[in-house]
Amino acid sequence: MFKLEKIKFKNILNIEEILLEENRVTAILGSSGGGKTTFLKLLNNMITADQGTITYQGKDIESYDPVSLRREIVMLPQDPQIFKGTIKDNFTKTEAITDNENSKNLNYNELLQKVSLTQDLNDAADNLSGGEKQRLALARVMLLEPKVLLLDEPSSSLDKKTEEKIIKRVVDYVRKNNRTLIMVTHSSKIAEKFADKIINIENGKIIK
Amino acid sequence: MSGTIDIQIMQLVFAYIFVLVLLFIVKQKEIGHKGEILLASVRMTIQLIAVGFILEYVFSNQSPIYSILILLIMETFAIYNIFGRVEGRISKKLKLIIAGSMFLGTSISILFFVIAVVGLDPWFRADYFIPLSGMLIGNSMTGISLGVNYLINGIRDNKNLVENYLMLGAEPETAVKEISNRAFYNAVLPTINSMMGMGIVFLPGMMTGQIIAGASPIIAIKYQIAIMMGILGSVTLTVFFMVNKGAKTFFNSRKQLNL
Repeated sequence: MFKLEKIKFKNILNIEEILLEENRVTAILGSSGGGKTTFLKLLNNMITADQGTITYQGKDIESYDPVSLRREIVMLPQDPQIFKGTIKDNFTKTEAITDNENSKNLNYNELLQKVSLTQDLNDAADNLSGGEKQRLALARVMLLEPKVLLLDEPSSSLDKKTEEKIIKRVVDYVRKNNRTLIMVTHSSKIAEKFADKIINIENGKIIK
Repeated sequence: MSGTIDIQIMQLVFAYIFVLVLLFIVKQKEIGHKGEILLASVRMTIQLIAVGFILEYVFSNQSPIYSILILLIMETFAIYNIFGRVEGRISKKLKLIIAGSMFLGTSISILFFVIAVVGLDPWFRADYFIPLSGMLIGNSMTGISLGVNYLINGIRDNKNLVENYLMLGAEPETAVKEISNRAFYNAVLPTINSMMGMGIVFLPGMMTGQIIAGASPIIAIKYQIAIMMGILGSVTLTVFFMVNKGAKTFFNSRKQLNL
């Protein structure tokens, strides 16, 4: 699905070659500041590599319209920003800003259940705790039903028990719906338990 | 009661007592900036004397070339003034957009104002064209400065939010929509506020000037209402052009945030 060759980005990332397969769960491990977030940002065109090529579905990533590409490959950052208003507003606004029609079939309450949120749709999103906001942001990404989900430490604000529960649900959703998941995590336990492939990035390089 | 009371040179000198009072306070309280106050007073005096003589000449030698030339000089100074007021670095592209928005927005407003509202004949009649243009340009300059600063700081301070929008698949225009709207509102707010207090909290400059010059308060009011609408229109147009085009300069061709 993704092929990265001779990628260089500033002094942050230096990758010889790597393949990321379709409909798989890939976990990215490594110490902080090692280039993991940069790696994800390259995949959905938030940044462009200084050198090298990235192909997506056999075509150079640069040949895609950047916005259409980001709608197909959605990234959830480590510190997601919640929109002002209610929880429901967060869903409707996400649909509005992405002209997303597919999501009209999805039930917002089901999405909340998927990420273990018990709040009412009309509750203020601002009142959620850090971990709850992170889960709402994850539900927002799932609402868009992207082909590829790029998650940057999606459970960093959660306790271990909730973390495993949420990741399991996301992975189940991905496998059931034939999606691709590329997820940065700090937990090797999570990576080993759920991922088909584990990539270690240290000091901008992939460690084999 | 009609006619303007001329101020004699010696009387004018008395006006400088106000600057001396300020300098005295600043010195006593060790506030500093004495040099800046002196420089501002001297600059203001020299600039106004020069403008007085230039206007005296232009008014008695009416020509569209003089009117347009002075308009261009005012525009240029206003544009450089905006660049100076922007906090932090400003890209070449944004500078061009600021200049273009100022020029386009004020030109449309000035032409509409002098032809359709005031009905100047000829349209370049310098004793009306220049002061009216100056008021529109000056206010648009203040509006655009506020708008640019809000836009730059808004995008910088909300970098994560803007990136979050992009990551979800939003167009750059959508990602900065709230910030752009806020920048626009903040830029036109001083004009709206001054309209609120006008006539009650203060008598506006143009109206005061006309009354002192001997015009009837009713005529002065009509001019003041018209010029306020003109200012509002000019500020609205210049800021609208700048915010709409300016926000795009923060993104590159791959629609990535470029700060």
